[in-house]
Amino acid sequence: MAENRSPKNSAGKSPYTADRGMAGAFEGETVTRRRFMTTGALAAGGIASAAFALPALGFALGPLFEDGTNEAWQDVGAEDEFDPSSYVQRVINIVPDAGEAGKTTIYVRKFDDKQDMPSPSDEEQKLDPLPYVAMSTRCAHLGCPVRFYQAPKRFVCPCHGGVYNFQGIVDGGPPVRPLDRFYTRVRNGRVEVGERFSVNSELRRFKPRDPSQHLDGFWQYLYPARPST
Amino acid sequence: MSRLTPPLPKFLRPAPSRPERDGRPGRTGAPNGKPGEGAKPKRGKQLREGATEGSAKVVGYLDERTGASPFLRGFLYRKVPKGSSWFYTLGSATMFAFISQAVTGIFLAMYYVPDVNRAYDSVAHITHEVFLGELVRGMHRWGSTVMIILIFLHMARTFVFGAYKYPREIQWVIGVVLLVLTLAMGFSGYLLPFDQRSLWATVVGVNINASAPIMGPFIADFLRGGAEFNTATLARYYSLHMLLLPGLIGAMIGAHLYLVAKLGITAPPWLRADKKELAKEEI
Repeated sequence: MAENRSPKNSAGKSPYTADRGMAGAFEGETVTRRRFMTTGALAAGGIASAAFALPALGFALGPLFEDGTNEAWQDVGAEDEFDPSSYVQRVINIVPDAGEAGKTTIYVRKFDDKQDMPSPSDEEQKLDPLPYVAMSTRCAHLGCPVRFYQAPKRFVCPCHGGVYNFQGIVDGGPPVRPLDRFYTRVRNGRVEVGERFSVNSELRRFKPRDPSQHLDGFWQYLYPARPST
Repeated sequence: MSRLTPPLPKFLRPAPSRPERDGRPGRTGAPNGKPGEGAKPKRGKQLREGATEGSAKVVGYLDERTGASPFLRGFLYRKVPKGSSWFYTLGSATMFAFISQAVTGIFLAMYYVPDVNRAYDSVAHITHEVFLGELVRGMHRWGSTVMIILIFLHMARTFVFGAYKYPREIQWVIGVVLLVLTLAMGFSGYLLPFDQRSLWATVVGVNINASAPIMGPFIADFLRGGAEFNTATLARYYSLHMLLLPGLIGAMIGAHLYLVAKLGITAPPWLRADKKELAKEEI
């Protein structure tokens, strides 16, 4: 037992339990049973804690990876209700089941080649521009509802004074990018509004971002899009 | 050890033996005449003695089994520096504000419904129909502002008096955590009445969080429980406001108070440090 057949550790003791004269030690055993039991108890406790903590955390964080918004196309009226010169107010439901809080006002008008600049996204993909412009009222500064004023043809936000022009591009105030828009299409003579998208100052389309998140220049890389699953 | 701890207050000391009680008639006593005049003071005295003895027995019983009295003596009868003034009560005042918030909050939760379609109506019900509902809700509403004001005054006192210095740095850190948790309580509670002001204030508040680079979008999604304000958002704020944040605040107050008892409180800065003995005053 006591014969010196192994390297010694820093304390001058052999790593083998048998060499240290422990009762019932096995040949070649280096972990004492006390230490094995301690480690095992800690590991079991850790696994038991993780078993409820991780699912609970995932439960709370899950919505980060879900869209949850209304993906259905919504009818907002007949084609002849909209013209290119002015916006018409409509209410759509962006979150199902959320009652009044799930509804939002949008401004809709017909797309017009003469006054509207086409989105670079459409040009690259050789697509026709969206037939109607459906402007979100969510201010790109901090999300207050903007209102359209016909006389100056501007959108104005009541909270911090953001001003957008007829295209929804920032004219003044703190907003960091143009107003969001919604996809539009025409089915059986009816105008339908689909999902939200964000645009940068060239009206290039991006996946929807929260207000206050930049989409131009270097800044756009600091605000990643919502991960999709 | 016993020399260092202050003496027990009188009512906690073991009562001296009372020989005159033995051989006396019971509390129905006064057998000879004038029961109306003679018995009354005696009965009062006996009752008083009995109550004192009884409470001392209960205290003794509990103390023997919990060992609480050395702890309580150290905690409640600790020495405080001379010159302690009303400025030193701001921390306790903040804690009292928290307790008041907790109590009124518990009762508000009995009537409140955290559902997007019913929250506003349930708050209107509390305010206009429940007996004293307006008062309890008002206490909770104004109490939140009072708590924020008190916590900042307490912080200012600590800063101006230099009470955050060695060895109380951890006190300060815990205090800052408490400040942040209190502000989070204010933010999460603001949504619950679910009127226009609540909703838009929360939308703006969440979007301020969203404006942080890199993490902003994720923080905002976590706060909303989704990409848009939705049915889960209100329930999420209710849960944070009711369970998680108060629990954390309670735990942190416990740690804060433990350190107060452990380290004692700082003398006012105008007291001279070289005359330490003079600076001590027992209360």
